[in-house]
Amino acid sequence: MNIMARIIPVLILLASLSGWAQDVQRFPPPDFESGYTFPMTQTPAPRGVVMSYVDIAVLFAALSLASYFSIHKRNRQGVFYLTIFSLLYFGFYREGCICAIGAIQNVTLALFDPNYSLPLAAVAFFLLPLFFTLFFGRVFCAGVCPLGAIQDLVLIKPMQVPRWLHQALGMLTYVYFGAAVLFAAMGSAFIICKYDPFVSFFRLTGSITVVTLGVCLLIIGMFIGRPYCLYLCPYSVLLKAFGQFSQWRVTVGPGGDCVQCDSCEDACPFNAITKPTPDDAPPPSEVDKKRLVLFSVLAPVVILVAAWAGSFSATPFSQMDYTVRLAERIALEDAGAVEGFIDASQSFRDSGQPAAPLFESARRIREQYVWGGWILGAFLGFVIALKLIWHSVQQTRIAYEADRSDCLACGRCYCSCPLERKRLKQLKSASFV
Amino acid sequence: MDKPKKETKITRRSVLRDGVRSFFVLSMGGASGYLVSRVQAEDYVWQIDPHKCISCGNCASHCVLEESASKCVQSYPMCGYCKLCTGFFNAAPSALDTGAENQLCPTGAIIRTFVEDPYFDYTIDESLCIGCAKCVKWCEAFGNASLYLQVRHDRCLNCNECSIALACPADAFVRVPKSKPYRLKIENKPE
Repeated sequence: MNIMARIIPVLILLASLSGWAQDVQRFPPPDFESGYTFPMTQTPAPRGVVMSYVDIAVLFAALSLASYFSIHKRNRQGVFYLTIFSLLYFGFYREGCICAIGAIQNVTLALFDPNYSLPLAAVAFFLLPLFFTLFFGRVFCAGVCPLGAIQDLVLIKPMQVPRWLHQALGMLTYVYFGAAVLFAAMGSAFIICKYDPFVSFFRLTGSITVVTLGVCLLIIGMFIGRPYCLYLCPYSVLLKAFGQFSQWRVTVGPGGDCVQCDSCEDACPFNAITKPTPDDAPPPSEVDKKRLVLFSVLAPVVILVAAWAGSFSATPFSQMDYTVRLAERIALEDAGAVEGFIDASQSFRDSGQPAAPLFESARRIREQYVWGGWILGAFLGFVIALKLIWHSVQQTRIAYEADRSDCLACGRCYCSCPLERKRLKQLKSASFV
Repeated sequence: MDKPKKETKITRRSVLRDGVRSFFVLSMGGASGYLVSRVQAEDYVWQIDPHKCISCGNCASHCVLEESASKCVQSYPMCGYCKLCTGFFNAAPSALDTGAENQLCPTGAIIRTFVEDPYFDYTIDESLCIGCAKCVKWCEAFGNASLYLQVRHDRCLNCNECSIALACPADAFVRVPKSKPYRLKIENKPE
């Protein structure tokens, strides 16, 4: 046999004698006679801090341009080119991180964990789009968000989603937002980043689950406008709320004029155009008023029931927390319910820590998740109640309008409006109509 | 009052809207003031605490990059320069040479160079290393534990939440200040 057959047992003996302690110099470094000097461990530096200022500046410039094209110039072409730029810069160059949607979690964690160091870029990416929305509507969605951009570019044959389905699916964004904030506040997980469906396209690599999700959404997105933005995006919850109160907005016809031709309704792939109320619409009847009163009175009940239902989320949701998972595993192993160890339980046992503090902190986290579940449920109940009340208020509109909170300011409706075409012809710049 | 309501500029709704918007702007101002005060001068990046790492192999499979940003590094002053390096050779090498069948590393990323009798230098070729930590495990078990994993910042995307950190069973992933982005076993002394 060779030399190894003799050496390996000796080595194993030596190793067991030395107690497997880490960093033991079992073999002292030699004194070299040939003048050999120890090389240094290479430490390539991270991306410079100054680059995050560049990102913030680009974000500000892109938001300003989006507002300029969408609201001031009413130029779909400009928005379109800006979309491509944002996809290239925030998507493929910056590889989708950091983004405004994910920044919700950084901000939330910073509010709940005093030790968390919040990056400046996260603050800027969270706040700047909201500020712009307060003044110009959702121009961030129109031409800046890389996730919106990739979906906007694959939209080749838009179909209309029935309005009731559109409304129902839209509730998902609130669920996703609530859950993401809860997990971030608990410091358990950043689910928005984990399930970012398009980041694997930006990085050209990713796990099979996320790639599949992304491919499915893009295929759906060829026919249904921006499915992620409309039915999942957690940031849209804030954008919708802020957009409702924006100072300026997309007006389909120039100056808000309308010939009631409804071509903008067909042109909008995002279900964001609201019809004018018919001239012969009946005045608010007793039934409508009663419904409004009923919903207003019922609101606290809806909130309470939803909060109670939400508290049941505690058990499954607490599984997102590492400490809870580890404690449950250790408890199962101690009880003999499972055989063998997993890496995490093995390394916990090797560290020699007692299990009691771990169980205690897991219990505390579960308790906090019960509270979190109540709050999450109450939030969703509040949204439902608000929607019920909102839809039972009579509103009079004299023209086809882009809904303040649903409009993504993409500018497609401009190209469809006959009044706008006329204006463009007058401006002698009808190149894109 | 015979003018229709639609032509009047100031309506109940517009006043409400202006009020809420002003409230939002003010509260956003407050929020940004608070958030900016929470920003620390220093940015943080992900790193592996080598004393917690249990060389489980998750780094190789859980990074969002096709080829993990965690790589093996050599702490030269700790290395024993062994002729029989347990981080380099597999359990039953046919000979102590650089034949592929004798190597532990699945990608042949460790370069073995003769220094002087009986010592050999072991260096990592990072373009080949996949961060599987096989060499780390065996160097720690039988050698000086001079091989260990570090996140290489020329590759790391510094994700908002590191997916290896999520999968790490030993809680070995930590956030470290950008100005001191490595957790070296022996600090590099300036020349």
